[in-house]
Amino acid sequence: MKSKLWQFAFLLFTAIGFSQSVTVSGKVYDSSTNAPLGGATVLLNKAGVASSAADGSFTVSNVAVGSTLTFSFYGYSSQEFVVSKNETITISLKQDNKAIEEVVVVGYSSKKRKDVTGAISYVSSKTIEQLKPIQAAQALQGTVSGVVVTTGSGAPGSGLNIRIRGISSNTNSEPMYLIDGYQGDINLLNPSDIESITVLKDAQASVYGAKGANGVVLVTTKQGKKNAKTKVSYNAYFGQQETTRKLNLLNATEYALLLNESFANGGQSIPYPNVSGLGLGTNWQNEVFDKAKIVNHDFAVSGGSEKMVYTFSASKIKQDGIIGLDKSGFDRSNARFSFGVDITDKVNLSTNLYYTDYNRQGLNENGLGSVLFNAINTPSTLTPYDANGDYTLVPATAGYGNEVINPLAQIANTHNSYNQKKINGNFILTYKPIKDLKITSRYGFNSANSVGKSFSKKISYGGTKVFNVDRNSVSQNAIRFSDYTFDLFAEYEKVLFDNHKLKLTTGGTLFEEKSEGLYGTGFDVPYNSWEYADIQLANGTPPEGVITSGSYKSSPYKRPSLFATLDYDFKEKYLLSFIVRRDQSSRFPTKNSVAVFKSILGGWIVSQEDFFKKDGFVNFLKIRGSYGTLGNDVAGNNDFRSTLVNSSYVLNNTLTNGVATGKIPNTKIKWETDTKLDLGLDVRMLNNKIDITADYFNDTRTDLLVGGVPISGINGGYAPGSGSPTVNAGTVVNKGFEFSLNYKNDSNKIKYSLGFNATTINNEVLEVKNSTGYIESGSFGIGQLAPTRMEVGQPMGVFYGLQADGIFQNQAEINAHPSQSGLGSATSPGDIRYKDINGDGAIDFKDRTYIGKPIADFTLGFNVNVNYKNIDFVAYAYASVGNDLIRNYERTENRLNKLDYVLDRWTGAGTSNTVPRVTTGATNNNLFSSYFVEDASFLRIQNVQIGYTLPSKVIAKLGISKVRLYAAANNVLTFSKYRGFDPAANTGNPISGGIDYGFYPTPRTYSFGFNVNF
Amino acid sequence: MKKYILLPVLFLSGIAAITVSCSEDFINENPPYTIDSENYFNSEQDYNNALIGAYEMLNSTYINVMLGEIASDNTLSGGESATDVLGIQQIDEMTHTPVNGNLKDVWNWTSAGVQRCNYILEFKDKIDFTGKNQIIAETRFLRAYFRFELVKFFGGIPLKGDKRFELDDEKTIPRSSIADSYAAIEADLLFAINNLSPTAPQVGRVTKGAAQALLGKTYLFQNKFSQAAAVLDQVITSNSYTLVSNYNTIFENNNENNSESVFEIQYTDAQGASFDCLQCSKGNVAVGFNGIRNYSGPFFDGGYSFNVPTQASYDAYEVGDNRRDVAILNIVTWAAANNASYGEGYKHTGFFNRKYLARQGDSNIGDQNLTNPNNYRAIRYADVLLMAAEAFNRSGNDVKARTYLNLVRRRAFGDNNHDISASGAALTDFIWAERKLELMGEGHRFFDLVRTNKAATSITGFVSGKHDLFPIPLEEIQFSNGNWQQNSNY
Repeated sequence: MKSKLWQFAFLLFTAIGFSQSVTVSGKVYDSSTNAPLGGATVLLNKAGVASSAADGSFTVSNVAVGSTLTFSFYGYSSQEFVVSKNETITISLKQDNKAIEEVVVVGYSSKKRKDVTGAISYVSSKTIEQLKPIQAAQALQGTVSGVVVTTGSGAPGSGLNIRIRGISSNTNSEPMYLIDGYQGDINLLNPSDIESITVLKDAQASVYGAKGANGVVLVTTKQGKKNAKTKVSYNAYFGQQETTRKLNLLNATEYALLLNESFANGGQSIPYPNVSGLGLGTNWQNEVFDKAKIVNHDFAVSGGSEKMVYTFSASKIKQDGIIGLDKSGFDRSNARFSFGVDITDKVNLSTNLYYTDYNRQGLNENGLGSVLFNAINTPSTLTPYDANGDYTLVPATAGYGNEVINPLAQIANTHNSYNQKKINGNFILTYKPIKDLKITSRYGFNSANSVGKSFSKKISYGGTKVFNVDRNSVSQNAIRFSDYTFDLFAEYEKVLFDNHKLKLTTGGTLFEEKSEGLYGTGFDVPYNSWEYADIQLANGTPPEGVITSGSYKSSPYKRPSLFATLDYDFKEKYLLSFIVRRDQSSRFPTKNSVAVFKSILGGWIVSQEDFFKKDGFVNFLKIRGSYGTLGNDVAGNNDFRSTLVNSSYVLNNTLTNGVATGKIPNTKIKWETDTKLDLGLDVRMLNNKIDITADYFNDTRTDLLVGGVPISGINGGYAPGSGSPTVNAGTVVNKGFEFSLNYKNDSNKIKYSLGFNATTINNEVLEVKNSTGYIESGSFGIGQLAPTRMEVGQPMGVFYGLQADGIFQNQAEINAHPSQSGLGSATSPGDIRYKDINGDGAIDFKDRTYIGKPIADFTLGFNVNVNYKNIDFVAYAYASVGNDLIRNYERTENRLNKLDYVLDRWTGAGTSNTVPRVTTGATNNNLFSSYFVEDASFLRIQNVQIGYTLPSKVIAKLGISKVRLYAAANNVLTFSKYRGFDPAANTGNPISGGIDYGFYPTPRTYSFGFNVNF
Repeated sequence: MKKYILLPVLFLSGIAAITVSCSEDFINENPPYTIDSENYFNSEQDYNNALIGAYEMLNSTYINVMLGEIASDNTLSGGESATDVLGIQQIDEMTHTPVNGNLKDVWNWTSAGVQRCNYILEFKDKIDFTGKNQIIAETRFLRAYFRFELVKFFGGIPLKGDKRFELDDEKTIPRSSIADSYAAIEADLLFAINNLSPTAPQVGRVTKGAAQALLGKTYLFQNKFSQAAAVLDQVITSNSYTLVSNYNTIFENNNENNSESVFEIQYTDAQGASFDCLQCSKGNVAVGFNGIRNYSGPFFDGGYSFNVPTQASYDAYEVGDNRRDVAILNIVTWAAANNASYGEGYKHTGFFNRKYLARQGDSNIGDQNLTNPNNYRAIRYADVLLMAAEAFNRSGNDVKARTYLNLVRRRAFGDNNHDISASGAALTDFIWAERKLELMGEGHRFFDLVRTNKAATSITGFVSGKHDLFPIPLEEIQFSNGNWQQNSNY
């Protein structure tokens, strides 16, 4: 098939003169390794006439004597051969490092990597291939410095939180993603379609002024190559996933004994007078965690002729969840087509089209009432099923919690579905009217339609359990979303007076986004069954006056921008760039809508200086710096507008609808501004074997846009449908160092490379523009004060609570300590002692202080790559040090199960100074304090993979150029003292992200796969 | 070559010119299918719609009612544990501070009610139509109701006339004195009385009688007894209201908006909310909170066991008083008689607030515990009679006082044998005692104790000069940037 495709392309796009003459055949080799080179192009008069097969062989017939054949291959110097007779020849192509010098996209145009003056991180398709991320952004985890990837859930298809150089925005710290220049969703791409990911971390990003403040992630997709033989590749892997962790909970006997002690301490009769025969009971985690499958296939064809390139690819991935299998599963199918053609010498047209079909189901997760929460808390004395084979009910009596139900029943009774179909892509037209000028016009778009459905089954879990549903209903929605990015820009490059190279890029960008949707709810689904759950069949009358259907149409979000960059290069030694961008956003009132961002970047390639000995210890040295401003408009589309919302009240015994004022508008809202400073160094040493990049950065975010900023209640913001305004409310600084080191040794039989990167982040809130000086967020336990804050002088999301100071061993110690009665309950020996922080001689909530932070002091990444003959091995690991999490997945009800650390509890003077006594009586021990804060530092081995490539001799005969088999393990091992499921988890909320409500752990995956190239 | 350099410059200028000239219109596109709240009130319907918004905030006053009981000697906090809804626990213990989530809710939600009324009043002169005065009068009643709640809890409040508060007003508009705050409330109610229909246009909307009753209450809270007596007597002599003969039926869901109901806050089981937005529920959230913990049995639905009556409250009823077993559920007796089971929460007393417990048979859409349809009987005719009795007694007309008091007692005992014949200060004590028994569980007790200077002797931990008012939320004091003083001794 491959050859037919080739011929097709060949016939279409090449012009060949069939004149007289000879036939030349032979083989193409790599000059250094003498390995045959498949896919090398043979050109005659600049037109491709053949390409070498997998074994390097080629044949060109009917070549006129005296004409010149050119042999070319990407990454090699071309070689010419003058035809004189019928003959068989050998061509050895030499690798050309200069030819493959990495070119990276740094904005509207690209640069050679050595000329880049900003701080960037770069991930190649090779890394992506090794890591096999399910979502492409996972490839940034631990592979590059300055980027932290966390997830709020390990459930298949869950979102990732990407933070570039720390958290600065209160509202949204996500970077901007650009796919081939247009805004898009990186995680819906098939990772195999990605050629490279570039992360712009400093003022370089100010060419994207409006959106650059959180950093910019540029994704370049794979394109066919000109004059390249058709390449076909097929990759597949099959894997099995399992949980990385189960918490150590009490078994049935331990549980019963603990309850007896706690009831006795509370002065109540003991619930389990006889514990013999209880045994281990049920480990509910074993019941809810499954081994789940993951299967991925992808297929790609690419190639190109003299005048055109094309790629077609398709993929399908299906992943079940380790909890509930398909009930938390996801699948994604992608198809992609890209095509580029030189219409004339001056005009090129290319297009990329991407189609995604995505399905996801979800379970209640991350919080009180979630499946995992229930698995942790349900007593081990209960069995999953009763004598009739029905799900056992967790008793609806005191001490069991109103939301704790049998987690298996919960999984079985959860029904929902979500499907999104999306087309995205772009059209690019480039025109080179004169030699040094290139004009690009491109239009990128996303257009998505989604439908969602959830079924609320009529069910009783007994008593007053919150999951009881008295009347079944089905809710459905359909949402249409679209956006486009239109760019028009010119690049003009000129060398003046020999050594002065100038490049001017100017242009404009227009971005617009809108969405609309319909939603509705139907009651009384026939047979109370998911099978019939659709509004079409659910024709029960809704309660009178209740509006069960509706629609919305978003306010269009628009951003017209203009930009200019000037790059100057003197003798390839001194580099200087200026960037200016004018942005306007419809999210701000007209008078505040315009912002201008500027930055300057400079670099000195010291190694180009005459005095520098390049063949010495250091081969390349570049010093660079950047300084500039960037913006952020993460406000709501209508935050400055006064709107009306629905209101309702019962009149004539019927819910009657009216209106009320909506969210409180802020008519003074304006751009958030980030000032970024970066000083960096790039060094290559020891024959380019060692490659080091180091950076210092200081990002100061002012006029931080904070949504829902608390304001005085007299403004009415706490009414239903209203809300606090979005306000420019503060300043945050992130500063730190980044360092990355790569060592590569290709000269021996064993080829290997080692990589290491480290990032330190010092985050501090400099200003909160309200009179309290802080903004609170998150929740702990039930009805307790918010445990996390954004507060001046502290890192974002600092934990704020009581400081535990050991355990009272006896009454004398209690008497000697300031009274803790201000906390609400009496204190007995065995209770936690809290510090009198304000020194007023009494312990109360004024003694709360800063007891932890969710932001790591530093993060590290490591990778190893080894090749020996046909065997390859890679391993990736990353670590995070100094971050804390709040343990908030334990319910304090008396009859629920506990983690086994309570076995070390205080039971009498001298027994424990860390874990308080257990009792059913009232204590202050469950108040949020440092007792619930744990060090969540960790080291994770993210990926280990070993592969074997079949010898080319064997497969060449089959017309196959490469077959590689591999076995891999993802999320292999995590070393951490943290007791919860996943120390790497974070809800993604900038302030309350560090509260662990029982995160769905990221699974460990063992997979086996192969890559085949034709 | 020069022209080549000029080319991109021209190119940029071209794009710049086009972008800048078009972008104003391009950017300023109005949001589709939305109405600007500042361009509203163009029809009678618009006024009616906004009035619904003002009424809606009544639903969130469930917390005011709960706290009025829990703070008093009637009930204890209850709940699951000592830290279950910390704000409620602290109020029960009289250890509450300016950091209290529930007091913050009272402040925020009740203030939002005032703001929604002022939204209408700000535009009251925009257009004219027949019946506008009725709408304005209802609005002013509601504003008075919300402000009265705020003054009861927090003392003097900021006033801005018929205008909504704007951002930063808290830094410039001072808290008015309590007297000035009451004056504003009285003015609203006088307008309401003059313009409201004696019968509500729809069930649930306010009447002239409601405005008179609330005005009487406002006077009573200021010890303006003769004025209170006069206006309350108008309610009684209007003959618009009668006591429901069987006390037992007043609080059942099939007897809402009955002949005794002067003002009633309407709830439904049709639309619920979650814990994230309790003020969004169209159900009476207090009912779920008051509910019997882990209850399984007939008639009632369970709940979170807050607001549990004390043994002393139970014992306060005389033998033969029919109200005891309506107001207070003795769960031990009930469970034994009905084969029911229940859990014991924090500060379990064996009693529950029976008037506002969840009844079975509701659809409780949204959340079983947060969407109960029990209307809150905000002003009952019995309350009006007792307020009138007190006003007459304290302004020297014991005959009328006794008449009104004994109307209430006769209904309670079903006979005339329990009539009170005392007069003077002794009669005052009887009236006050009667208020406790008649209005048990209805959220009035704490404020009655405070206004009659009985709180310090009745409530453990109550400090006179401090706990007479609740503290203004700490955040509000901070927002005001020195403009508002905290209440004394907090």
